[in-house]
Amino acid sequence: MKLAYYPGCTLKNHARNFDDTTVASMARLGVEVRELERWNCCGTVHGLASDNLMQRAAPVTNLIRVKESGAGEFMTGCAMCYNTLKRANQHMRKDAAALATLNDFLSLEETQYAGDVDVFHLLEFLRDRVGFDKLAAAVTKPLKGLRVACYYGCMLVRPREVAFDDSESPAIMENLIAALGATPVPFALKAECCGAYHAVGRPEIVADRTDKIMGSALAHAADIVIVSCPLCAHNLDHKQVEAKKHHPDFHGLPVLYFTQLMAIALGCDDAAQHFELHHVDPRPLLTDRGLA
Amino acid sequence: MKVAAHEPPKGSSVTVYIMGKAHEVPAEATIMGAIEYAGQQIIRGAGCREGYCGACGTIYRLQGDYRIRTGLACTTLVEDGMTLAQFPFVPAEKAVYDIEKLQPNVSAIQQTYPVVFRCVACNTCTKSCPQGIQVMDYVQAAKRGDIAAVKDLSFYCVSCGLCMLRCPAEITQPLVATLAKRLYGRHLRKESPELAERVQAVEAGAFDAEYAEMMAMSHEALSERYYARDVE
Repeated sequence: MKLAYYPGCTLKNHARNFDDTTVASMARLGVEVRELERWNCCGTVHGLASDNLMQRAAPVTNLIRVKESGAGEFMTGCAMCYNTLKRANQHMRKDAAALATLNDFLSLEETQYAGDVDVFHLLEFLRDRVGFDKLAAAVTKPLKGLRVACYYGCMLVRPREVAFDDSESPAIMENLIAALGATPVPFALKAECCGAYHAVGRPEIVADRTDKIMGSALAHAADIVIVSCPLCAHNLDHKQVEAKKHHPDFHGLPVLYFTQLMAIALGCDDAAQHFELHHVDPRPLLTDRGLA
Repeated sequence: MKVAAHEPPKGSSVTVYIMGKAHEVPAEATIMGAIEYAGQQIIRGAGCREGYCGACGTIYRLQGDYRIRTGLACTTLVEDGMTLAQFPFVPAEKAVYDIEKLQPNVSAIQQTYPVVFRCVACNTCTKSCPQGIQVMDYVQAAKRGDIAAVKDLSFYCVSCGLCMLRCPAEITQPLVATLAKRLYGRHLRKESPELAERVQAVEAGAFDAEYAEMMAMSHEALSERYYARDVE
């Protein structure tokens, strides 16, 4: 199976571990992930003004690129890119006037957009197209005894129109983790915000969120936290320094992308993991569990 | 020979509007030729006159066409009804940086030209490029730190500045392209061991005798030897 793939900018930089483990683990599942030849920034944040069509130019240009690649659907793993692309797509599908205006503005493009591309998140694709039973069957190194807190943040399940699971109590990542042989733990704050871009201007807000979210994971004796968003990863992992500064009794955990656990369980090469990009090095824990 | 309707026969003239004033100019003139034909002297906004230097960026509109069009005045031919304006240069702040201290990654872009991250992918820059460069694609490559892609995609940029004049995010695209080319040259280019070897040989005096011999030759003898050399 071939699958058009939109990595997003951050996966080419600070989240290369997310990019490489996505490609490597999907290959193990018989899915040839094909990065689009041309793509641009997703638009980063979905603009809430429905009449500011300039903010739709970036996501819709990517949807055009998918069409031009000959695919009718594509997958992305970044929660932020997924949210922006999916919402722009929905806007274009339900607002013919906006679509016409944008196509007119993008007149240089050889391809017109017609709402005819489907956006998938990797988790959704794994559940609905690959199947968690098939994933479980492909596992060569079960993550036995590993207690995993699955963090969704905001972008995967909100707003409801783009959610592929329950917005308040999603379980898709827990089901995926169980298929890999690990133990998902209850996690009260799994769909709470990580503080997002406040990391720049109001770091104390992020410090507080990181402290609370990690505390919730630790309360259920989690070994690690997994995420699907580079910004969540940054705030929960790299901002542990800030959390410790503001909350002296703070205790942290390693933070991994869910694809990194997939790559381990499916026996992919460690070169895809880029553990050097992590703030809290997950290697001691993984070595201790015989997983690295 | 049948002449197409949109190609006026040789010797005919067209009307163009220079700074709002109508002028009859030869139909085969370039914009730069037309401006000078109309009696104006170009003090700024002209350089090589052959499409290489990028000094003569021009914007114009055609009658009945809503678009702002762009071109280099030295290589774009006039059209009947063209309303045109040249601009001497596009103000842009060059970042000051030490190339040794930057690495060829996204952090270098963030430090020097953070404005890059205002790009909304509207593609207006690409539409405005007289060189036909995929400008937006290289801005996007800069956003993700792909320095080699910026260098490749922007290779034919002549720094005319039309893209930055039109950019709604006020990005200074040619300066970003220049930075990427410098980063590539300093950090990513292939090493050339042959060059180091040859420099070493020169410094060791391997060619001193040959050089002294040539310096002593007459102009005629040197010329003869030059044209008789082996050329691949």
